[in-house]
Amino acid sequence: MDYFLSEEQQMIVDIARQITDEKIVPLRAELDEKHQFPREILNDIARADLFGVPIPEEFGGFGGGCFDIVLALEQFGRGCIGVGTAFAASSLGIYPILISGSDEQKKEYLPDVATGKRFAAFGLTEANAGSDASGIQTTAVLDGDEWVLNGTKQWITNGGEAQIYTVVAMTDRSKGARGASMFIVEEGDPGFTCGHKEKKMGIRASSTTELIFKDCRIPSDRIIGRRGTGFITVMKTLDSSRPGIAALAVGLAQGALDEAASYAKQRVQFGKPIVAFQAVQHMLADMAIGIEAARSLVYGAAKHIDAHKGDMSKVSSMCKVFATDVAMKVTTDAVQVMGGYGYMCEYPVEKMMRDAKILQIYEGTNQIQRNVVGQELNKEYARLK
Amino acid sequence: MNIIVCIKQVPDAKDVRLDPKTNTLSREGVQSIMNPYDQHAVEEAVRIRESLGGEVTVLTMGPPQAEAVLRQAISCGADHGVLVSDRAFAGADTWATSYTLARAIATLGSFELVLCGKQAIDGDTAQVGPGLAMRLDMPFVTCIQKVREASETGMVVERMMDDGYDVIKVTYPVLLTVVKDLNEPRVPSLKGTMKAKKAVIKTLTAADIKAESALIGLSGSPTKVVKVFPPEPRGERCMLTGTVDEQVEQLVVKLRPYLP
Repeated sequence: MDYFLSEEQQMIVDIARQITDEKIVPLRAELDEKHQFPREILNDIARADLFGVPIPEEFGGFGGGCFDIVLALEQFGRGCIGVGTAFAASSLGIYPILISGSDEQKKEYLPDVATGKRFAAFGLTEANAGSDASGIQTTAVLDGDEWVLNGTKQWITNGGEAQIYTVVAMTDRSKGARGASMFIVEEGDPGFTCGHKEKKMGIRASSTTELIFKDCRIPSDRIIGRRGTGFITVMKTLDSSRPGIAALAVGLAQGALDEAASYAKQRVQFGKPIVAFQAVQHMLADMAIGIEAARSLVYGAAKHIDAHKGDMSKVSSMCKVFATDVAMKVTTDAVQVMGGYGYMCEYPVEKMMRDAKILQIYEGTNQIQRNVVGQELNKEYARLK
Repeated sequence: MNIIVCIKQVPDAKDVRLDPKTNTLSREGVQSIMNPYDQHAVEEAVRIRESLGGEVTVLTMGPPQAEAVLRQAISCGADHGVLVSDRAFAGADTWATSYTLARAIATLGSFELVLCGKQAIDGDTAQVGPGLAMRLDMPFVTCIQKVREASETGMVVERMMDDGYDVIKVTYPVLLTVVKDLNEPRVPSLKGTMKAKKAVIKTLTAADIKAESALIGLSGSPTKVVKVFPPEPRGERCMLTGTVDEQVEQLVVKLRPYLP
């Protein structure tokens, strides 16, 4: 379908597609097998200026919006959502600075992230704070002109690979979510280390570690926004980033359909290519329908977000749920179309199916997304009364 | 450090066919790309410019649509594109092409280094690089697989050989032709693509470069294609290692099957 992209948007698509086909696809199986972080590919992406897409021009970026980043992520997702996740997590890590950071913080961190000189990561999740972000136990206490952080974050994407970490810590536990604040922690800050690297079912090219703070001391100006605004920043960050995850899902599903359809044209059974059988055709058709519907919703949501910054929770959650559920279904069906071959590691679809599962879980589970949509509906219909 | 890179638009080898009647390439409906070797030449020029400063000018002779490869080179970091284009250049062989390029380069101002791909994948002659160096009256080294050093005064390069490589020190001006092992070309950048879109491509005609009409195009081309055929594949080669005695022993084992 033609989505009438602007010239600049088409450039982003073309560059991201070339990186995907030339740099990501040839390496994805090896990165998956070795749990290897794709540093070289990320350097290629940086040289192509794509880390700068969401960063304002005054800080060395391209000044693009949600839709621009979605276009790049869709392409990367088609190749490998492990690589796509590593890329996306760096954007996620700087969104809090973009959204609530001071001018000094923006000047200090955004230009380096725009050029890929430094990577970023976002630290929210803890052992007892996943879907319920108010359960955060990491604390930050002001001591003279330094904040002192204590606690452990878990499952942090780009952990150990990033140089800039934006993390949530409680500055006043008695206030619950209103007692949370966000901070910038840098690699090498005293008392800050990354724990062991997790072994995962999928997205193995991305690094996932703990962040451990033991009397970690950082300068007082590393707080993002005012004290107690951390939770709001987190919500705005995730609202902005979810369409990116949805875009990875659309790309992944497209990649799986491409594999399944070209296989179905070549595979001969009962004297015919299996694509000639209606049972297979219908599966491929349903895959294509789901993908196009998801793509339309993601693009529409991204454009809505670019136009209406204050009203994005519902559309952001809607596109994340829909596209990631489509990706899980499509990748599972791609394995089915390819039968025994699909289940084998020599073909890419088993990895795609393993990778797809995380999309329904991270950046807020799809159950939490449905809560968000439901709550927004509840508010909207209350207003109508 | 100013660098000129000579590049060529060629048909994508993935869908090239030979016309059985004329023995020439059938280009109809075939996608055009930048000659793959030339992509490595552009990449190396941009890397040298990034470390030493100066400017990279890409030059191509071809029809107006060859401008596309110049813009592609600019999107990958080159500074300027120059298109040498005139109906009078049509039908040029390597002799006329090297003459034409040399005339064009003479109009471009001072430079230290000229880079070319080893050969173009459509003609596969590997003659234009060396021919151009002779026309420009400068030394050349072919088949560069690695640049070990590049400074303001000269370079240390590796020339690929059948059985290893030569290490060669060169001073400027010099022309180098490059092979694919040299580097991995970058993907175009967003800023480069925007720059390429807006870039003004300078076009040079036969009159602009003061070319003699007898030396350009078909009339300046002594080459006639008599026959086109796929060459016999080269036999397998292997290097024996170890002490002389061990090598002799291995050699005997390898030769024995061929003895009567």
